[in-house]
Amino acid sequence: MIDWTSWLSYDFMKSAFLAILIITPLFGLMGTMIVNKKMAYFSDALGHSALTGIAVGVVCGIPDTNLSMVIFAVVFALLLNKIGSKSTASTDTIISVFSSCSVAIGLAILSKGGNFSKYSGILVGDVLSITKQEIIYLVVIFAVTIIFWGICFNWMNAICIHRALAGSKRIPVRLMDNIFAVLVALIVMMSIKWVGILIINALLILPAAASRNISVNMREYHLFSLIFSVFSGVLGLILSYYTNVATGPMIVIIASLIYFLTYFFGKKCRE
Amino acid sequence: MRKIISPCGLHCIKVNHLGVRFNDQVVLEDINLHIHCGSLNAVIGKNGAGKSTLIRAMLGDVAHTGDIEFRDTKDGRMQKLKIGYVPQSVNIEKNTPVSVYDLLASFESRYPVFLPKSRKLTEKIKESLRVFEAENLIDKQVCNLSGGQLQRVLLSLAIMDEPNLLLLDEPVSGIDQNGMELFFKTMDYLKKHYDLAIILISHDLDYVAKYADHVVLLDKTILKQGTVKEVYESPEFEKIFSIGNEEAWIKEEEEND
Repeated sequence: MIDWTSWLSYDFMKSAFLAILIITPLFGLMGTMIVNKKMAYFSDALGHSALTGIAVGVVCGIPDTNLSMVIFAVVFALLLNKIGSKSTASTDTIISVFSSCSVAIGLAILSKGGNFSKYSGILVGDVLSITKQEIIYLVVIFAVTIIFWGICFNWMNAICIHRALAGSKRIPVRLMDNIFAVLVALIVMMSIKWVGILIINALLILPAAASRNISVNMREYHLFSLIFSVFSGVLGLILSYYTNVATGPMIVIIASLIYFLTYFFGKKCRE
Repeated sequence: MRKIISPCGLHCIKVNHLGVRFNDQVVLEDINLHIHCGSLNAVIGKNGAGKSTLIRAMLGDVAHTGDIEFRDTKDGRMQKLKIGYVPQSVNIEKNTPVSVYDLLASFESRYPVFLPKSRKLTEKIKESLRVFEAENLIDKQVCNLSGGQLQRVLLSLAIMDEPNLLLLDEPVSGIDQNGMELFFKTMDYLKKHYDLAIILISHDLDYVAKYADHVVLLDKTILKQGTVKEVYESPEFEKIFSIGNEEAWIKEEEEND
């Protein structure tokens, strides 16, 4: 007989559990807007830019590569926004160009001298190695996001629906776009070590996408997205403990299952 | 929206020497308009004449030269002009979880739409929807609305904060004949019962003739403006909409359908 509470007896599991309880609602929340704004590709590119951020830190001799990662991501996000609004080429082309360029530079620098294995952990991530200090950072960014959401969500939603109309109502369109991009950059960078580059975007997109399958208004959209996100996070952590599989992928598998379930049965059940 | 017995006719909006350039290309130049509250002003012209750009310039969405002033002719006081805008369409695709309440509340209130509905705000939104008989649409998903329903919702949104000027950018596309009649009747009702001026871009010369108080014939600049009769009988009108241009006109109509 398996003891279903044994996983909580380890300190690293407690910390991981706490981290999951902070990261997943945050991702569920951000995901709603990322999906609405069609920024899935944007957040994916941001995740990949983490490698470049680390490389920049190594080259410049910054001891804390976390810092260079965050700074690089914020600059990268603002740059993408700026070029996206100016250029005539389609946004996904531009993002792709910048993303592949920055990833290539990052990989080139980090793989110099055959040392890449030192950094490969960031590809998959490891939530079990999170420390108390790092959890506090997550709490801070969580609080900032909640406040921003409360104050600015309507504006962002209005901008999403019609930019010119939002502008005519004196909504600061550009500013909102930039703040949101920076926020996405911060959250992605602060959680990428625990979640991993390869799957961080899945966690941002899947709960919101699944929620869209069954919601008809913003209240349901947020609620279901939060529930799916937290549910797959907690269940993924527990299952990964008992099956000895990396936590991140486990969470994504569960979130994907929820997506497919809502896709096939969601609207039918409502009718 | 405050309903009044009749517009006072004392507010006026003046557009002085408005011009727009995209890089080196002159799109609009030297546009001068004088618009009174309680009037329906129709802007007509061929495709590419700059009609939509004029609306976007007045909204402040594209950079322009010249200025727009809003005056109370009674005491000559300058006021801040509030503009209501009805876009052609909204950026909402199938399956987007945005209800009519969410749409209106996002633009008109700071109370977050992801929290349980506020009763006060719901009442305010319903009141605005009622003007266009769209009250029952409040919980519908915006992506499931028909063209006519969406337009009524967008009109409700446009008048929610009591604008002095209503801008409509080709709102009649995707609407059948009955819908058109209803739309122009609504415009007529609005200008008679609310204290606002309307600028409408229209392709339908017959409806313009029937309902507009003031017609502006546009092709980069204003070729002719005045009453329906003045404009429709002018040589400029003849030149733009003559038989030779008929084919282009029909083609354009088809594209819009």
